[in-house]
Amino acid sequence: MIETAFTPWASLSGGVLIGIASTLLMLFAGRIMGATGVLAGLFQPASGSDFAWRAALLAGMVSGPALVWLVSGEMPAIEVPVSTPALVIGGLIVGVGVTFGSGCTSGHGVCGMARLSPRSFVATAVFMASTLATVFIIRHVIGG
Amino acid sequence: MKLLVLYLIGLVFGVGISISGMANPAKVLNFFDIAGVWDPSLAFVMGGALVTTFVGYKLVFGRSAPVFENRFALPTNRSIDAKLVGGAAFFGAGWGIAGFCPGGALPALGTGRWDVILFTIAMIGGIFLARFSQSLAARSVAPAS
Repeated sequence: MIETAFTPWASLSGGVLIGIASTLLMLFAGRIMGATGVLAGLFQPASGSDFAWRAALLAGMVSGPALVWLVSGEMPAIEVPVSTPALVIGGLIVGVGVTFGSGCTSGHGVCGMARLSPRSFVATAVFMASTLATVFIIRHVIGG
Repeated sequence: MKLLVLYLIGLVFGVGISISGMANPAKVLNFFDIAGVWDPSLAFVMGGALVTTFVGYKLVFGRSAPVFENRFALPTNRSIDAKLVGGAAFFGAGWGIAGFCPGGALPALGTGRWDVILFTIAMIGGIFLARFSQSLAARSVAPAS
């Protein structure tokens, strides 16, 4: 377990930027800014132009840390307090879950709730509760 | 031109995720660890993103169509079923185990860290696994066409 500092301003500005990007994607491409949907569609594109816009968007996302580094001189902090098997198992479960659940934090939690989709409210409530329960069990039941 | 605009939109998202803390598993897991070393920062990410998108969508949906396309491509599925709830519950468990969600991991790939790459490969494996099981299920329901 690693203690992390409370960063309300950085987190709020990051959140606003995520919201601006989501709005711009809807304005220009008419699409939901869901990381799951953008990535999953890349493997089964409807057409060449469908592949191209997804690839361009993902390339922009991946360039984010480099721009932060150019401006601030530091790469964004990534601290991984879990084991390698946990990363792999967690990754697999995330992949299965977002496919069946049709979305993740960005798709349901931001874009879906912003358009007041009942499905997204249910999905977000369920995955937030599930993550809370999982962290509690791992840190305080098994690890406690 | 189109692709450049999409690249820049992705860049804004990637910078937002990077400075928000959403790409940092330590911060994500501490947000959910209310009984332990709680870090409420992520509530500000979600709140900021949600309010901005809500207002932004209100403005965008005043238009009849997006700039580059003929129509908005919005999800049409409205059913709240076991697939949605089960999938979301599963996703939450994985997020709680690894500390990365898809929107956090994809921009974090840009740091070149092996652990982010490993998580992303596993996640893509999970997406294919789920698709494969869905196509098997679809085949058993509707045989030979």
